[in-house]
Amino acid sequence: MIFTSAASAPPPVIPNYGGPQGGAHGCIAQNGTFCWDWVKGHWGDILQPRLLEHLEMTAIAVGIGFAIAFLAALLAHRKHWFEGPFGAFSAFLYTIPSLALFQLLVPFTGLTMLTIEIGLVGYTLLILFRNILAGLHGVPEDVLEAARGMGLTRRQVLFRVELPLAFPAISAGVRIAVVTTISLATVAAYITPLGLGQPIFNGLQTDFTTEFVATGALAVALALAADTALVALQWAFTPWVRARRAT
Amino acid sequence: MGSEGHQAESSAAEIVFRDVTKRYPGRSAAAVDNLSLRIPAGEICVLVGPSGGGKTTAMKMVNRLIEITEGDILMDGQSVRSLEVIELRRRIGYVIQHVGLFPHMSIADNIATVPRLLGWSKSRIKSRVGELLELVGLDPVHDPGRYPRQLSGGQQQRVGLARAMAADPAVMLMDEPFGALDPITRERLQQEFLRLHAEIRKTVIFVTHDIDEAIKMGDRIAILREGGILAQYDTPDAILANPADEFVARFVGADRSLKRLALRRLSDIELLAVPNGDHSLYPTVAASTTLRDALALMLEEGRRELAVVDDGRVSGLCSVEHLAALLAPEEQQER
Repeated sequence: MIFTSAASAPPPVIPNYGGPQGGAHGCIAQNGTFCWDWVKGHWGDILQPRLLEHLEMTAIAVGIGFAIAFLAALLAHRKHWFEGPFGAFSAFLYTIPSLALFQLLVPFTGLTMLTIEIGLVGYTLLILFRNILAGLHGVPEDVLEAARGMGLTRRQVLFRVELPLAFPAISAGVRIAVVTTISLATVAAYITPLGLGQPIFNGLQTDFTTEFVATGALAVALALAADTALVALQWAFTPWVRARRAT
Repeated sequence: MGSEGHQAESSAAEIVFRDVTKRYPGRSAAAVDNLSLRIPAGEICVLVGPSGGGKTTAMKMVNRLIEITEGDILMDGQSVRSLEVIELRRRIGYVIQHVGLFPHMSIADNIATVPRLLGWSKSRIKSRVGELLELVGLDPVHDPGRYPRQLSGGQQQRVGLARAMAADPAVMLMDEPFGALDPITRERLQQEFLRLHAEIRKTVIFVTHDIDEAIKMGDRIAILREGGILAQYDTPDAILANPADEFVARFVGADRSLKRLALRRLSDIELLAVPNGDHSLYPTVAASTTLRDALALMLEEGRRELAVVDDGRVSGLCSVEHLAALLAPEEQQER
């Protein structure tokens, strides 16, 4: 902002990042901290496509992770011996640094989306497994006894009683998994240029601050929006939690 | 399967325990030891005893929440072991101390649980729910859509009762159903259940550790002692009059004569004629009063006689000696 005249302006730091046509101007040319012009100019060709990719990566990872964790939790709920090994396995996955994990997978699955998804799924397992299992374990014993005593089959107890009552804990797990996956998925661009991580890396490598500031803000906004949506969903599905207590 | 057909039997079933024993693996002592008793259809049988007496275990073997080790339990002559366990349980109402309502379901959905499992039509379920809410003293207009947590403990147990009765079971199992309630609510629900039972006449197995509740609720009482051994099985009056042994005598308490008096009302006994027809000398008492309360009134008033008022007029006198005489014969037999 010190340089106000065009004559004394330095050459743009990143000429490529001028307007859509490549002509650098104003804030962009001077590499200001945040240039709204750039955001507007590149919403269509950079930000929006990356945002959608990011959303897709997250949805796939949490979806598959949920399916695996759900089945594992059901198994652990029935067969208690299974809880320890799967818990340890998912905790082990969780402790591996993400970059290292992606790098480890590359020799097997290449620089692909598959590599990324395997990694992301791995990180969701611990959170989802623990929360689903905690939800199932949290169903009061008297409720289960009444259900069995009335002649509900095991399957009916699971679907009509245990899972609905575990729903708040399960959805809390999904919220954490979604938010952490959105954050973690930015690292995926290290492997393959997908998702919001890609413009962030770009911005970091080229010292063009607007790009990573804008993309980072978008990632945060995505996480907040997803979390809010899940809270709304949980609210809609659990009217019994909101019911006013008897005085 | 066969859901509509099963509706026909709204009658109660006789329950027979035949040499029933429960042993848990790894424990040498039996939880229930060779228990035999016959509960006539439509009666309330209370299983009572100290903890470790196996009363809940005995009850849960009826709907096979606990499997029988030896012996058999017959429902109207049919072995519970021969029935498919899910089918069996849907024919038996089940009420537990902590109610166990489904917190995520409305009151109406809670009550409709078993009828839905049996495949009843929507309209039939709806009318049944309304009927049951009224029967247990809840509001059929405002309560069906509420959730269990919005109800008081007493109301929750009313819903628990309605839920257990929903599909008109022939037998009801009640495991300390009023145990978690405050004394006033408990008293009220006990009274209401007795009134309800007079109407519906189900066979009820009722578990409690409280001898007073057993005496109040039971047509018959089975007293179980440690090790699941049946100490005595009889009517409350017979047990109080003639405890089978020292254990039963101690369990029913030293005041068992007073408890016996509580079982009868002034209207149940023969009264003495009022001397000279002049009853103005005596304190009056309603005929619906229990003998025990009448005795308490005598002690309070410092009088040996009370004038019993029935339907607005004095029907006779009741005296301390009179009450003692009612207790006497059995007391003498015992000696």
